[in-house]
Amino acid sequence: MSEFHERYEMVIGLEVHVQLKTNTKAFCRCSTNFGDSPNSNTCPVCLALPGALPVLNARAVDLAVRAALSLGCVVNHRSIFARKNYFYPDLPKGYQISQADQPLALQGSVALPDGRRIALTRIHMEEDAGKSVHDRYDGFTAIDLNRAGVPLIEIVSEPELRSSADAGAYLRALKEILLFADVSDCSMEEGSLRVDANVSARPYGQQEFNTRTEVKNVNSFSNVERALELEFARHCAVHDAGGIVVQQTMLFDAAADQVRAARSKEGSHDYRYFPEPDLPPLVLSEAFVEGIKCALPEFPSSRRTRYTSSFGLAAGDVEVLTATRAVGDWFEAVVARCGDGKLAANWVMGDVLATLNESGGHIAEFPIAPAQLGDLIAMIKGDAISTTAGRKVFAAMVKDGGEPKAIAEKLGLLQVGDDAALESWIDQVMAELPDEAARFAAGERKLQGVLIGAVMKKSGGRADPKKLAQMLGKRAGG
Amino acid sequence: MSAPREWIPAGAASIAAAVRERTVSATDIVRESFDRAVAVKAGADGLNCILSSDRDASLRAAESHPVGGALAGVPVVLKDNIATTTLTTSCGSKILEGYISPYNATVATKLHQAGAILVGKANMDEFAMGSSTEFSAFGPARNPLDTSRVPGGSSGGSAAAVAAGLAPIALGSETGGSVRQPAAFCGIVGVKPTYGLISRFGLVAFASSLDNIGVFGRTVDDSALAMQVLAGDDTTHDATSAPRPAPTYRTDSRDLTGLVIGKPREYFPESLPALMREQCDRAIDALKARGATFRDVSLPHTDLALPVYYIIAPAECSANLARFDGVRYGMRIDGDGLRGMYEATRSKGFGAEVTRRILLGTYVLSAGYFDAYYRKAMEVRALITKDFTDVWASGVHALFTPTTASPAFHIGAISDPYEMYLCDLFTVSANLAEVPAMSLPIGRVQGLPVGGQVIAPKFGEVNMFRVAYALESELGAEAHR
Amino acid sequence: MAVSKDDVRHIAGLARVGVPEERLDGLVAELNGILGHMDALERVPSRGLAEIADATRAGMPLGADARTSVPLERARDEFAPLMRDGFFLVPRLATHDDAGDAS
Repeated sequence: MSEFHERYEMVIGLEVHVQLKTNTKAFCRCSTNFGDSPNSNTCPVCLALPGALPVLNARAVDLAVRAALSLGCVVNHRSIFARKNYFYPDLPKGYQISQADQPLALQGSVALPDGRRIALTRIHMEEDAGKSVHDRYDGFTAIDLNRAGVPLIEIVSEPELRSSADAGAYLRALKEILLFADVSDCSMEEGSLRVDANVSARPYGQQEFNTRTEVKNVNSFSNVERALELEFARHCAVHDAGGIVVQQTMLFDAAADQVRAARSKEGSHDYRYFPEPDLPPLVLSEAFVEGIKCALPEFPSSRRTRYTSSFGLAAGDVEVLTATRAVGDWFEAVVARCGDGKLAANWVMGDVLATLNESGGHIAEFPIAPAQLGDLIAMIKGDAISTTAGRKVFAAMVKDGGEPKAIAEKLGLLQVGDDAALESWIDQVMAELPDEAARFAAGERKLQGVLIGAVMKKSGGRADPKKLAQMLGKRAGG
Repeated sequence: MSAPREWIPAGAASIAAAVRERTVSATDIVRESFDRAVAVKAGADGLNCILSSDRDASLRAAESHPVGGALAGVPVVLKDNIATTTLTTSCGSKILEGYISPYNATVATKLHQAGAILVGKANMDEFAMGSSTEFSAFGPARNPLDTSRVPGGSSGGSAAAVAAGLAPIALGSETGGSVRQPAAFCGIVGVKPTYGLISRFGLVAFASSLDNIGVFGRTVDDSALAMQVLAGDDTTHDATSAPRPAPTYRTDSRDLTGLVIGKPREYFPESLPALMREQCDRAIDALKARGATFRDVSLPHTDLALPVYYIIAPAECSANLARFDGVRYGMRIDGDGLRGMYEATRSKGFGAEVTRRILLGTYVLSAGYFDAYYRKAMEVRALITKDFTDVWASGVHALFTPTTASPAFHIGAISDPYEMYLCDLFTVSANLAEVPAMSLPIGRVQGLPVGGQVIAPKFGEVNMFRVAYALESELGAEAHR
Repeated sequence: MAVSKDDVRHIAGLARVGVPEERLDGLVAELNGILGHMDALERVPSRGLAEIADATRAGMPLGADARTSVPLERARDEFAPLMRDGFFLVPRLATHDDAGDAS
């Protein structure tokens, strides 16, 4: 297979359908909840009963525009919906409301990890179809229209991808952006993100594209990569044999590890697109689009750059802290409170995330608020308590809640920095350990640790070890 | 003992006032309606204008409905393509025979809230495609004034119901003239509102950009009252609904001083029969007598209206009727597999005219023909619309034309599809331009009713009704002679 | 432009209206008769007219994302031709492994 790659260039374009996480459907107000009993989330509109009419969901527009801006697209201030006509039992109206000539957005791009950008052609809005279940009732196909009408955006890339690995990288980067933008759950398992992969093969140096085929029914990013490789190989074999690649839809069969032609009903479809007469043009004001733009979160790539430069964090730490928008937001709230990026990073990664990993929870549900952790870190940084004491306070907060200062006081963990108290303890220890005291005074500096340890024990861990060291150092004449 | 008073001929406003004042009960009115239906044979054995009705249910509704509302106790008939949860919504088609809608059209809800009582669903050309009600799968409806003739279409059943005295108000639908033309044929008032003024939610779609709910009334006042109840913002259910409040259409003014009415030359061609022209001239004189001034105007693209209509309407209908596939409701006929089921259901379920229009529509949208037909038709539609806006801009407040070239024809007289389409000649432009238009009786030709049409600018129904009220008042009984 | 029998067969297929062979000739004649009248449109030159932006029409009105769908006053299985366990049933698709156009 790699031999084919030496002689043929792989050309890939991806069409990704993403369900927008609205409460209700695109054109009616039925719930979009996944997993409810069949056809329980239907109404005259999504059942396509005679006389029903579509009304577009405002939030779907918000999320679609947000997605488009997150991907750097130009949002059209005026876009038109269109009917895409074909017959299928999970398509109740016999047409899908989609967009053709004047879609919601054009251009845009997705950055791959190494910085290369893959251009997008367009993003348009449309409605999802229902689900067909073929093997539940002998001789019948069962139709569930709960999914019919769920709002989708279709993100179309330019055919600029040149390897299956890049295709996978593109999908992962795209998913990350959409998750950060909080427009979709992007779950291939639940069907909120679906990929149609287009691939063709041409000899290196050839300008024109050869005929492409479309691969559907792929349920994971790695399977997309695999399916593309298989289909590419098939194209190359056809070209080698002097044949012609037929434009058709292919299906990926993961179990058999093969791609085969879909037995489609007719040749190429004639969808007979025309502007949707039930929906006037979607007009979005400059102010509206700007408003969504201003509210955009910071995206992973810029966040990574900033954490590296502002906080001086190592790449591995940056990866962990920017993995999700929620973790990054939480981390920054801690930093805002305590003013120390490195310390905050250590605590968030080491203590917070470690605890979360055990309990399997989401950071939004963590029992401590970022401001509270920030306060705790500030206390440690200001020597009000030691780091060890800090861990005890942290554990107490996780278990029972509460404010760090109050807990530290209650547990008697506040560091004592009072000179008189410290001198007093040092005197007592010197008296209790005359031998060590004498040797220390004579110059054995390494005994400082022992003496500090003794004071810590006597003070119940509350003596400020830094101050102790200073004081002992003075006594030793240093 | 004197005969009990007949309330329906008194009109909707009088009925509603009397019911509110408890001079008469809603049940009495409903009984009068059903007695009348029996007397005129509204069912399949006679006029065949009513496809489904339920006397007991209507009487119960009348009894239980709280007294009040602009249409208190007024019996109403709805065309069978308007969704109602009682009675059927068959659209005059076998594919929906017996179908009872699980939801109500906005207009049905509004009528109910105004106190009206549904007394029947009316016969119609199948899926509103036709100009005579001969294309109903359940037999033609008959014109009450001459039962050998058509009542017009596609809302022929509704028009016949009002003309026969079953109700002072009925609802129909207009896509190319399907309310105005039957109104003219039956000697009653028929109104097409501005596109978007009345919600289409629950109106089974034929051609979405052309469809309107239309109103029939015994008199101009009946239709104005119904329009007031029905008009208004329904953008929660219909994205093409006009998001503006509806003004008052009923008026006592009968004076047209200061009003300029245009007489478009394309609607008074050489070929217009002399008898029809006479009736129009008399109507024009009547309008002048009330103070209107007339001006000759031109709507130059009028002759292209029918070709444009017969591309756009079938195109949209081909998509709107795709949902009738036997999967979720309606008729299902098994065939060879799924595709066989689709084809058997739709070939048995749809009549010849509907099939013709679906094929025509599918063709004009299909690959390779879209630009030549559909895109072209949309361009010319814009020109037709501009003809009207240019005329309004020249200082004209309304237009007056004949509604049809001739009165109702005999059942079976027209067999060529395009000849049937010519019935819409004078009405179809208003649908294309989305402007309001109404027909009211202006006289008789060979003893049969003919109508005059008033057309107004978009959302200009106030002036349109002013003209109609004045004309009706000035003509008086002459309108029915 | 005129349609042929093959054209009518093809569009009948697209529209799933199942026209029987014996009806085809008649339909071809009827459709061509109607289409002949459409030739009048050729007198208007194509100028790629953008739709006339209607000053009285604002853009599309939108709906709030709240669960206010129109309720059904009759159960689905009362009007459905064939239902089981809440599913609408249709004859098993021959292309059962075809993911279909909407996947």
